[in-house]
Amino acid sequence: MKVWPPFAATIFALVVWQSIVTATGVQKFILPGPALVAEAWWTNRLVIAEHTLVTLQEILLGMAIGTTLGIATALQLATSKTARTLIQPILVFTQALPVFALAPILTLWLGFGLWSKIAMAVLIIYFPVTSAFFDGLMRTPPGYLDLAKTMQASPSRILWQIRVPAALPNLGAGVRLAAVYAPIGAVIGEWVGASRGLGALMIMSNGRAKTDLMFAAMLTLGVLSVLLYLAAAKLTRRLGDRET
Amino acid sequence: MSMAPGITLKGSATIEGRQLFAPLSLTLDAGRWTCLLGGSGVGKTTVLRLLADLPTGAAFDGTIAATDELPVAERIAYMAQSDLLLPWASVEKNITLGARLRGQTGDAARLEHLLDRCGLQDHRHKKPTELSGGQRQRVALARTLMEDKPIILLDEPFSALDAQTRAAMQDLAVELLEGRTVMMVTHDPGEAARLGHAIHVMTATQLQAVTPPQSSVPRAVEALDTLTCQSALLKLLMEQVA
Ligand SMILES: Nc1ncnc2c1ncn2[C@@H]1O[C@H](COP(=O)(O)OP(=O)(O)OP(=O)(O)O)[C@@H](O)[C@H]1O
Ligand SMILES: [Mg+2]
Repeated sequence: MKVWPPFAATIFALVVWQSIVTATGVQKFILPGPALVAEAWWTNRLVIAEHTLVTLQEILLGMAIGTTLGIATALQLATSKTARTLIQPILVFTQALPVFALAPILTLWLGFGLWSKIAMAVLIIYFPVTSAFFDGLMRTPPGYLDLAKTMQASPSRILWQIRVPAALPNLGAGVRLAAVYAPIGAVIGEWVGASRGLGALMIMSNGRAKTDLMFAAMLTLGVLSVLLYLAAAKLTRRLGDRET
Repeated sequence: MSMAPGITLKGSATIEGRQLFAPLSLTLDAGRWTCLLGGSGVGKTTVLRLLADLPTGAAFDGTIAATDELPVAERIAYMAQSDLLLPWASVEKNITLGARLRGQTGDAARLEHLLDRCGLQDHRHKKPTELSGGQRQRVALARTLMEDKPIILLDEPFSALDAQTRAAMQDLAVELLEGRTVMMVTHDPGEAARLGHAIHVMTATQLQAVTPPQSSVPRAVEALDTLTCQSALLKLLMEQVA
């Protein structure tokens, strides 16, 4: 990946941002300029770092649990027709529900600590991971299955030797999506009720009209999400290295 | 490998009530190459898949039997037009796939022998994407042979290759498949004329046997009897299209 296009785009965005602030003379608690935000970020760097670690912890645990559950569900669905007829409609139905609406209930059930945020992240990434991997498992090239049949393979060996490896690129795509969604889940959980984490910091700064700090927290979250995505992409690239 | 049996398929097939092929009787002689030609969509692949007990879109009404009266499907090895190499596995792992799928340990000596014979020693640790089309087909052939089955079903295995690679693969296949009962579906009259101990042209209504040259296979491409047979086959196929 070339470095300079995103770099140039960032500079451009900062210039536009500062021009709007200067041109409109908007008050700094409505829209602070980039310089103010940078200053707030530097002054509060230790606080921000502390909250970032909390959010990162929620995201990573949420991804680990959500991905594991998604993999297990996809395997279950792919190997059992009964599971498909029973679980699939429920799964699709739950996707029609706005998961965000569950955030207050999760806080009620799991408290204000880490777990309500982890649960939110898990709920958001569970479906994309499950459906991506399941799709891959159900779309094994038929020729491979023919070959395996003529070799007298058992269904479980066909699953582990052929269907799962053939579906790994799809799982990789699911995990990359999870890396994008998990931060959103964690932050929504924090908005609803938390004293720690970047989402909580944003709500608190907003309440105290420290808009510059809120922006600093938000941008930190943005950078964290991008880094997570890049890490997930790097980790899953190996899964995807096959010609199609 | 156990003794290669002869195989007879007798019967007719329908697809959603529509007749695919009329009652026919196809015999594969033990230890010989039988080539099956015919227009596109006439049912050649269907016949081959019926022999292998693989799913087809057709309903088959008839019987498939071996001369030794033992089951057929579990004694076949199958090679298709697409090499079906697993892209995530090395050449070696692809060749020994069958053993792994049955939870057995592959025959190491046999693997070495086949890597030698198919000219794949230098490529054994490579992934299929690092190979040329001809090399990939050699891996697929080695995988087919690794199975050590007495009956071999080939569905246009070399049709994606260029002319000289195809001729080299035909020679190698004849050499390595010696003694096995082979059925090869092909579009290429030249291939049938080179390789067939028996040649059948399939139409919707019948199976027409064409007498192959007397010489032993693989026949020389430039030999007169091969060329005569090839043009007779081509003429027959063209008449059917008309
Ligand atoms: N799974 C399927 N379901 C329904 N119809 C099928 C299926 N597979 C093949 N057919 C039909 O059966 C007929 C015979 O197909 P088959 O693949 O046996 O032809 P073929 O002689 O091998 O043709 P080609 O030379 O093009 O490979 C075709 O009309 C095809 O459309
Ligand atoms: Mg065919």
